[in-house]
Amino acid sequence: MSQASPEPQHRDQPPGEDELWEAVADPSRRKVLDLILAHSQATPTALAAELPFTRQAVAKHLAVLARAGLVEARRHGREVHYTVRPERLDAAARAMAHAAQAMAAAAARWDSRLDAIKRLAEASARSSPPGSPPADPGVPEGQ
Amino acid sequence: MTPGIIEKEIVINAPVETVYRVITEPAQISQWFSDAADLDPAPGGEGTLTFEDRATSQRMTVRLVVKAAEPPHRFAFRWDHPEDERPHEGNSLLVEFTLTAEGAGTRLRVTESGFAALQRSGQDMTGYYEAHAKGWDAHLASLQGYVAGQS
Repeated sequence: MSQASPEPQHRDQPPGEDELWEAVADPSRRKVLDLILAHSQATPTALAAELPFTRQAVAKHLAVLARAGLVEARRHGREVHYTVRPERLDAAARAMAHAAQAMAAAAARWDSRLDAIKRLAEASARSSPPGSPPADPGVPEGQ
Repeated sequence: MTPGIIEKEIVINAPVETVYRVITEPAQISQWFSDAADLDPAPGGEGTLTFEDRATSQRMTVRLVVKAAEPPHRFAFRWDHPEDERPHEGNSLLVEFTLTAEGAGTRLRVTESGFAALQRSGQDMTGYYEAHAKGWDAHLASLQGYVAGQS
């Protein structure tokens, strides 16, 4: 693997995180992205011809992708050509990968934390019947 | 759809007051969360969680700030913010507990949010290389799984 820098990319104004998530979390929009990548560049009309969406839907997806900084529009005469911004796609991919991984790890940790909370609370409830003052759960010293 | 949020729930056979104490009292937090905990469980209260790596005995301290403490139904804090900053949206994770009485027991719901924000600020790059190596499709599939599983 090449020696990529782990530094965050601040060269461009980063798109809002919500825009980024919204843009790539939608499978239809990823299809649009994939298709533009496959053709290097594409017009909305050409995209609509290859996708099961209307031209209006394609235009909406492109607007979301553009807002997230993932695609760029260039006017050629009467036509608008869209290209993917590879550095943005890469940044988005990394952000999503990292977030998904962090969330998977955190979700697993919360499962075990909630199990532990349940065990502690139920042990405490058993040792202090309703109406009586709360029992000391018996924390071992030094733990 | 709210991206970047973990949601978990569990039903506990104990009254809400008991569960609330387990999630807010330092002596109990150190049994389900960290290895040691120091915390003022009141709104604005500050605290620390200390984790010890079992293999290396290396200790790591994480700061937290209580955002809401409404016994026995709600407790929220922000954590994982940079050492020299106040926690806010964009530099920290927000954990929110909601406790609802269910018969004699409690339904405990926890959400943790802010993962996307943490990434954007460039913090915590652990796993960066492995994640990158997996490729676009693999990690988006897992992201989708998260989003789908939570909506």
